[in-house]
Amino acid sequence: MGGYGDVKLLRDDGKRLDGRTVDEMRPVSIEAGVLPAADGSAMVTHGLNVAVAAVYGPMEAHPRKIQRQDRAVIDVRYNMAPFSTGDRIRPGFNRRSREISKVTAEALESVVLVERYPRSKIRVEIEILAAEAGTRCVGITAAAVALADAGIPMRDMIVGVASGKIEDTVVLDLDKAEDNYGQADLPVGILPNTGEIAFLQMDGDLSIEEFNLAMEYNFKAASEIHELMVDALKRRYERGDN
Amino acid sequence: MSEGQSGAEQRLVTPGMVIGPSTGKHAGSGAIAQNEEFIATRLGWLNEQNDVVSVRPINSAYMPRSGDLIVGVVAEVRNNLWFFDVNGPFQALLPMSLAPWKVEFGSTRQHLGIGDAALARVQEVDEAHNMVLTMKGIGLRRLNEGCVIPIPVNLIDTLRGENNTMVSRIRDLTDCRIIVADNGRVWVHGDADNMFTARGLIQTLVDEGHMNNFEDAVHALEQQRGEN
Repeated sequence: MGGYGDVKLLRDDGKRLDGRTVDEMRPVSIEAGVLPAADGSAMVTHGLNVAVAAVYGPMEAHPRKIQRQDRAVIDVRYNMAPFSTGDRIRPGFNRRSREISKVTAEALESVVLVERYPRSKIRVEIEILAAEAGTRCVGITAAAVALADAGIPMRDMIVGVASGKIEDTVVLDLDKAEDNYGQADLPVGILPNTGEIAFLQMDGDLSIEEFNLAMEYNFKAASEIHELMVDALKRRYERGDN
Repeated sequence: MSEGQSGAEQRLVTPGMVIGPSTGKHAGSGAIAQNEEFIATRLGWLNEQNDVVSVRPINSAYMPRSGDLIVGVVAEVRNNLWFFDVNGPFQALLPMSLAPWKVEFGSTRQHLGIGDAALARVQEVDEAHNMVLTMKGIGLRRLNEGCVIPIPVNLIDTLRGENNTMVSRIRDLTDCRIIVADNGRVWVHGDADNMFTARGLIQTLVDEGHMNNFEDAVHALEQQRGEN
């Protein structure tokens, strides 16, 4: 992604095409416990992205060759629905969804206390119903809420956020045009209580200063989203409020 | 639940939430100590008793412990043993030597077939979740009648009440035989109307258990029965 010089992504007043300031996130709403059949579930709406995550288990890991004698394995399946974008997506696994499933599983493994459930499997299904850039982050956030809802022990709830660069300006939370025509994208999985980073990918180039600014935006956004995650879980279970 | 009715404000905690300083206290289940602070690891209600800080989880899978009374459903039969589904991550094994009958090699299917429910006890569990059941013991038997109702494992204590008072009240109220097993299954047996009432009560617990109004529901039914 080298950037496309002739696409204007910042307005003359310094705001972005959708009217957001550079450090403003798209609106986020989170709901826990949306699927009755799952052990835990969550739906996250982030701008025009909609992700549903379902968690099943811990259960016996099958096939047996994937079992680990000292810990549980986390089996993540990230999938974009065929109708989630303007162009129909061919159903089923592809190279991109395989990669995102893998990085999500590794990010979640670092927070879930997997050593509590040897030989088991925790199944996490992430379905993207509508996509508008940043779906892997929305998927991770949804998976974290669903894991908490399922009662899986975790050190922290991981939050997926992204920053990027458009027209040589660092901005928080890229939308579709900014993602397609911008210069860089930096999705991160953050543990808000300890400030640790559970996963980080970078597409495009950022200088050290830009990277630091992008991370600053990401941490700020992560704490905002984390509050919404906690609120969603509380809303589901707080007494007399169901 | 007894703690829930003490009037004290209950605090809902989420994974990663800092519960408080760890000095002079111990971390119980659902909490870990990190940098001299306790961190919650599960979604649930905070509980502090005798210097032990723990989290009572809202949702949890059944994790077997030896001595647990369970209602199992036969999932697989071999010539000399049965595999039971016990509502946990792993199947449990009942060898023919621990069955209450004299079983000949190859005749296991005559005593328990796939889909049959039985009341059993957990004999032993190892760290890799291998689990052996026994049906030798008082009251352990095949369940030939009645119905089995699944409930979330964390609501078992609520259903039993302190010293089984709650389940006794439901037994008196509905005139049913009720066994609350440790693996989140409740066996209910009585005549059809009574079983329907008992199932309704237990379903109230399943649907609204986190709101702590189960005792009110039982009390309301008791009053209603008293009036009629």
